[in-house]
Amino acid sequence: MKGIIDLTVVQVALAYIFVLIVLIIVRARGIKREKEIIVSSVRMTLQLILVGYLLVYIFDNPNPFVTMGIIALMEVFAIYTVFKKFKNELSKALKQVIAASMLMGTLSCLVYFLLVVVRISPWYDPQYFIPIAGMIVGNAMTGISLGVKSLVDGMTIQRAAVEEALILGATPRDASKNIINSSFDSAILPTINSMVGMGIVFLPGMMTGQILSGTVPTTAIAYQIAIMLGILGAVSLTVFMMLQRGYKTFFNTESQLQFSFKDGA
Amino acid sequence: MFEFVEVKFKDILDIPALHIEKDRITSFVGPSGSGKTTILKMLNKMLSPTEGHILFNDRNLNEIDSVSHRRCVTMLSQSPVVFQGNIRENLIAGLRFQNREMPDDAALKEMLKKMKLHKELESSVETLSGGEKQRLALGRVLLLNSEVYLLDEPSSALDDETAEAIIEMIAGYAKHEKKTLIMVTHSKAIAQRFSDEIIEIYGGKVIGGLHERDN
Repeated sequence: MKGIIDLTVVQVALAYIFVLIVLIIVRARGIKREKEIIVSSVRMTLQLILVGYLLVYIFDNPNPFVTMGIIALMEVFAIYTVFKKFKNELSKALKQVIAASMLMGTLSCLVYFLLVVVRISPWYDPQYFIPIAGMIVGNAMTGISLGVKSLVDGMTIQRAAVEEALILGATPRDASKNIINSSFDSAILPTINSMVGMGIVFLPGMMTGQILSGTVPTTAIAYQIAIMLGILGAVSLTVFMMLQRGYKTFFNTESQLQFSFKDGA
Repeated sequence: MFEFVEVKFKDILDIPALHIEKDRITSFVGPSGSGKTTILKMLNKMLSPTEGHILFNDRNLNEIDSVSHRRCVTMLSQSPVVFQGNIRENLIAGLRFQNREMPDDAALKEMLKKMKLHKELESSVETLSGGEKQRLALGRVLLLNSEVYLLDEPSSALDDETAEAIIEMIAGYAKHEKKTLIMVTHSKAIAQRFSDEIIEIYGGKVIGGLHERDN
């Protein structure tokens, strides 16, 4: 196996030709997106440079508090991103459920994955903890967003059907069963689809990165298989926990549908 | 059976006292928006009074589990939702929600006949007209064999002839099976023909007291 080819600043700069091409295309077509393309390219560059130096420091000086602090930041950012995506569409109770499910679902999977599957030592080794937490939390965030959207939409659009089921003597759980099941389905479907296409349609990012940096493909594949299963577990567990408690926030203690599902209801 | 005590619901309803008798047919009549449907929803615990309370068999409704209550006080809403699927699935929906024993096909077909619904059990509900959907929903609640039935404008989507036949059937069933039937209707003629008691509602208030049918 050959080692990785180190990219010089000039070589990286040559890659910006793609940004130039996009800029030329949008200008020629009169699509007003130049500013966004430039800002996003600059932001991406600066953010990654900063993270790169930060990770070098953290990896050289492993500290359990720093690792835990970064995981906490990731969780807070992920939860905040979900809330922001839905603006005022979520009730306070549902927000609490989302936050608790994200924390419990991702942390339990992360701990199991790192300590039982990979068996890292020391237990807070940032070289493993941080990138794997990033993948698990990021995917769980996407999954829970899809699940929440489907749950809120389902409860809103199918309000009359849920109410009819309650009138007929259904428990809130039975009245929401179809919505809960289809929300779970839509949340985990992208993960399942990506597993189906993996290795044939595309090579996943982590595996590509490992192979480029000189890791034997079979080792990279072993990691990829394990992390995909970990992601599937984290997404499923997080969404499942959110749905199991989340549907209840649409009902009051008298098993009646809330008048409004939105913030402050 | 039902006793209203200083009941208010927002600014929609204000009923200081009201008594609804067991094993009788009671009709609420009044114009649209007068609060009739709100009363039925409160009797079914789909809504709770914002002030005061309702007694059911001398027990405060607040102390009774909502789901258990709805299983003995069954409501048919004015525009009942027909679930996706076929006629059989819709007929047994209530029984399924209540984890009850399923009737055989003969009983289901008999119910369709009573409802004047000439369709197969496996037929899709997509092709049903508004009136047919309402009759299907009525058959669905009657299969539950509940103690109390609350019917919100049961004839609203039916032509006059079918409406009269269906209500006559329900009234006969209620009398024969000793069920309490509470009905909301805008038609005084229907109320007078089939009810033991008529309660007039206007602007969220009971007006004029109770009218006892002479029979």
